[in-house]
Amino acid sequence: MIGTVLGALNQGFLKTLQLFGVTLLGAIPLGLLISFGSMSKFQPLRWLTRTVVWIVRGTPLMLQLIILYYVPGQIMDASPWPMGENGRFLASAIAFIFNYACYFSEIFRGGIEGVPKGQREAGQVLGMTRGQIFFRVELMQMVKRIVPPISNEIITLVKDTSLARIIAYEELIKAGYDFLKGSHGYSGLLWPLFFTGVYYLLFSGLLTIAFNKTERRLDYFKV
Amino acid sequence: MAILEVQALSKRFEELEVLRQIDFSLEAGEALSIIGSSGSGKTTLLRCLNFLETPDAGRVLVHGETVFDAAETKKLSEAALRRRRLHFGLVFQNFNLFPQYTALENVRLAGLLLAKERPDFREKRKEIVAELNERAMFLLTDMGLADRAGHYPHQLSGGQQQRVAIARALALEPDILCFDEPTSALDPELTGEVLRVIRSLAEQRTTMIIVTHEMAFARDVADRAIFMDGGVIVEQGPAKEVIDHPREERTRQFLSRYGGLS
Repeated sequence: MIGTVLGALNQGFLKTLQLFGVTLLGAIPLGLLISFGSMSKFQPLRWLTRTVVWIVRGTPLMLQLIILYYVPGQIMDASPWPMGENGRFLASAIAFIFNYACYFSEIFRGGIEGVPKGQREAGQVLGMTRGQIFFRVELMQMVKRIVPPISNEIITLVKDTSLARIIAYEELIKAGYDFLKGSHGYSGLLWPLFFTGVYYLLFSGLLTIAFNKTERRLDYFKV
Repeated sequence: MAILEVQALSKRFEELEVLRQIDFSLEAGEALSIIGSSGSGKTTLLRCLNFLETPDAGRVLVHGETVFDAAETKKLSEAALRRRRLHFGLVFQNFNLFPQYTALENVRLAGLLLAKERPDFREKRKEIVAELNERAMFLLTDMGLADRAGHYPHQLSGGQQQRVAIARALALEPDILCFDEPTSALDPELTGEVLRVIRSLAEQRTTMIIVTHEMAFARDVADRAIFMDGGVIVEQGPAKEVIDHPREERTRQFLSRYGGLS
């Protein structure tokens, strides 16, 4: 029994990891792009970006998932999403990437705006180009500022992936819960559900260690 | 010929005229102090010279060559702008050292980036870097900071940080070195070490413009002084005359408010 349960949970955890990884890969660059939009000198773009960020951060991710996955099929003749698990993964990934990109964009904006203006000016009077100022002067200070808040968001993301269950994506919690209502010939099993918590704890524990290491590696200077 | 000529420089922020028809010139090897109350336009003037602000009118000439002309409408390329701004160096009130670099790296960075653009950088990389290191170390030693070369800014006192910033500005060998209230952000007991460094630069005939609130220093170190008020030059002349025997009533009022000087 244990082997069967662990096999199923591992399978679910793999799906959780996939959603986690894809979200990070997509949300970091998209977040940077959105942060540029929210700092744009072109006012309509700035307002548009900030309104979108407000809506995405101001409504539940679960609602966004449901709308994205089910509503297009209601409006159009057929659902635009591929059949089955692929479609559910794709919809989840898009909702998660967009949602997290909006959170990340605010952190990036804070990091960029937090670098004192004097740093850029010092670079300018020393004859540095814009690119040199960004990469040689501002970037590291930005990174140092955003590591703690980004770490926080990433830990939250580990657990938020379970929201994809609402559109029946077969992530870790769904795998555990299925043993309660009948799966692989077992039903009424409570412990697999509890045991999913161990996966989350271990994974977020590993991430915490990695983030602490990163922070310590940036300890050599102060901003 | 004057090393620097500023002609009819004007600058406004929205409705506020910060600089009005500023005219002055500077000879090579001369130190000029600019005094005046806060908001008189002194800092804006330095920022205009260093291309951190764009004047609305006027011209700036270095060695007789126009480096800024408000009438010139076409936008300069980044490369051209850099070449022109390198005539000037600027030491900021609050240092603006790069926190992630050591004192030595701060002094060396800009020179290294410029050197990388040289066509022979790849083949001569080692010599060039060694040369830059040596020069940076020489400047830090000159500032009395030889034993602080490997320290990061947060490990240094304010006075030490400002001396690193001076070395950093000197590393690019600007024609004119500008100081924007270099001791205003320092604790009183740390101003002396920075003023001593600037004084010794003056003795070596470094061409300098010093915006300062230290009246005794402005008088003793500078050859000439300018008193600014409300965006205009009220009075200029030999530093000792302007500060000890001002001709203008406004200068006298300012100096009496600053106290200590008869």
